[in-house]
Amino acid sequence: MVEAADSSQSDTLVRMRDLYFARGSHMIFDGIDLDIPRGKVTAIMGPSGTGKTTLLRLIGGQLYPDRGSVQVDGLEVPALKRAELYDLRQRMGMLFQSGALLTDLNVYENVAFPLREHTDLPESMIRDLVLMKLQAVGLRGARQLMPSELSGGMARRVALARAIALDPMMIMYDEPFTGQDPISMGAIVQLIRLLNDALGLTSIIVSHDVRETAAISDYIYVISRGKVVGHGTPQALDATDSEWVRQFMQGLPDGPVPFHYPATDYREDLLQDEEVG
Amino acid sequence: MFEWVRQLGANGLQFFEKLGRGHLFLWKTLVGIPDVVMRPRLLIAQLLSVGVLSLALIAISGLFVGMVLALQGYNTLVDFSAEESLGVMVALSMVRELGPVVTALLFAGRAGSALTAEIGLMKATEQLSGMEMMAVDPLHRVIAPRFLAGFISMPLLVAIFSAVGIWGGYFVGVGLLGVDEGAYWAQMQAKVDLYDDVLNGVIKSFVFGIVTTWIAVFEGYDAVPTSEGVSRATTRTVVHSAFAVLGLDFVLTALMFGDS
Repeated sequence: MVEAADSSQSDTLVRMRDLYFARGSHMIFDGIDLDIPRGKVTAIMGPSGTGKTTLLRLIGGQLYPDRGSVQVDGLEVPALKRAELYDLRQRMGMLFQSGALLTDLNVYENVAFPLREHTDLPESMIRDLVLMKLQAVGLRGARQLMPSELSGGMARRVALARAIALDPMMIMYDEPFTGQDPISMGAIVQLIRLLNDALGLTSIIVSHDVRETAAISDYIYVISRGKVVGHGTPQALDATDSEWVRQFMQGLPDGPVPFHYPATDYREDLLQDEEVG
Repeated sequence: MFEWVRQLGANGLQFFEKLGRGHLFLWKTLVGIPDVVMRPRLLIAQLLSVGVLSLALIAISGLFVGMVLALQGYNTLVDFSAEESLGVMVALSMVRELGPVVTALLFAGRAGSALTAEIGLMKATEQLSGMEMMAVDPLHRVIAPRFLAGFISMPLLVAIFSAVGIWGGYFVGVGLLGVDEGAYWAQMQAKVDLYDDVLNGVIKSFVFGIVTTWIAVFEGYDAVPTSEGVSRATTRTVVHSAFAVLGLDFVLTALMFGDS
């Protein structure tokens, strides 16, 4: 019995239980339960401003929950000491929306950065590793460029090469598709799936781009107003009974989330305006 | 009335909260200093941008300040036939006061504001956050080398400012106004004391170096990560550094020379 529980735990890389987090008086997570399975691509979706990025920062230990548990690979993240947290982060990669490349270093040095900081590898080996990672994202030829010379899509791919430099167990993607042209978008969509399967990673994608995310995800959580409002495989969510989830997944302009911001009666409002005028 | 009191309380709390954050930040930065010593390349890069690139501004300003001092001083001293004391006057003014204070103010304007803007923009573009997620502490990797570079650069810049200023005074006093060359240097040698004057100036320069660099790196690290936030932080760096330098100068001067 215990063995079964252990094995189910090892199948789950990230486990959140009863998670509460607020900024001032604004409640962002109001009791969230979430399991990210190992080796899969899991998406966390929801409208803008629902705290999806905050969720990644809670997993990475950059923020602490007000209540509840965040476990990564069996470790309780908020309870870790600084050195333990930094050890854990070496096994995590994160792709920021902006890429977050170091602007004073070129592409090559950016990818070499985590290797130089955390290993004592000889220069020749660092070079080989950097070129392999850049080759994986198709930018081996761009190694001498500075971040300011890269397009948004290229910057994200360099950041991805840097995120996999230390061969992490998981990668977190923060809005990887936002503001990409169709070709860059296609490249990144393909890379996420490919790297996940080829390197045996666990991927967490935070996004509100339904079509692209659903195309490569094994499992999706939909979050709104601090709660998980739906979860399941992309196919299961398409066939969901929840009107809210259907509106979100199909991008309908009106539904449980109304098109109109709450207001007084339209006719009365117009007439009142006339009186004032 | 109540609103006013409430606002006063809120501002007070905010001030002390920031002061606390600033001191915690300083402590964590100091803990990172040994890392920087182990990796001198990080320090050298910052010494270049914080110190060496400030050199032209400091040297030219020092020259003009020394020249003006000599002009003004001569006009006063000549009434008492004491123009031969011009060298002492210029040297003491430079070494005790103007060297440390003016250099610190110029340093805050040139290097301090640049540090704040750079660190603030790194924060706004998630570079600091990205480092944290790569298990690299930005306080050790980014802040500590800049802090140490400011601490080392300031006394050297002050020394250069004072030396160039004394030469400026020499050009004007001896070269243009006809003060006796021997008297300019000999009186300076006789009257400027290594401990009372030079050493006290050096102590001031270390204190100002710590304070201005601390304010600059903290304001950048604590900036609201937007373009407006970074711009405000840069302004705050210059304003707060100026207040801190002038206020501390009074305190240090009172401690060093108050009883003489």
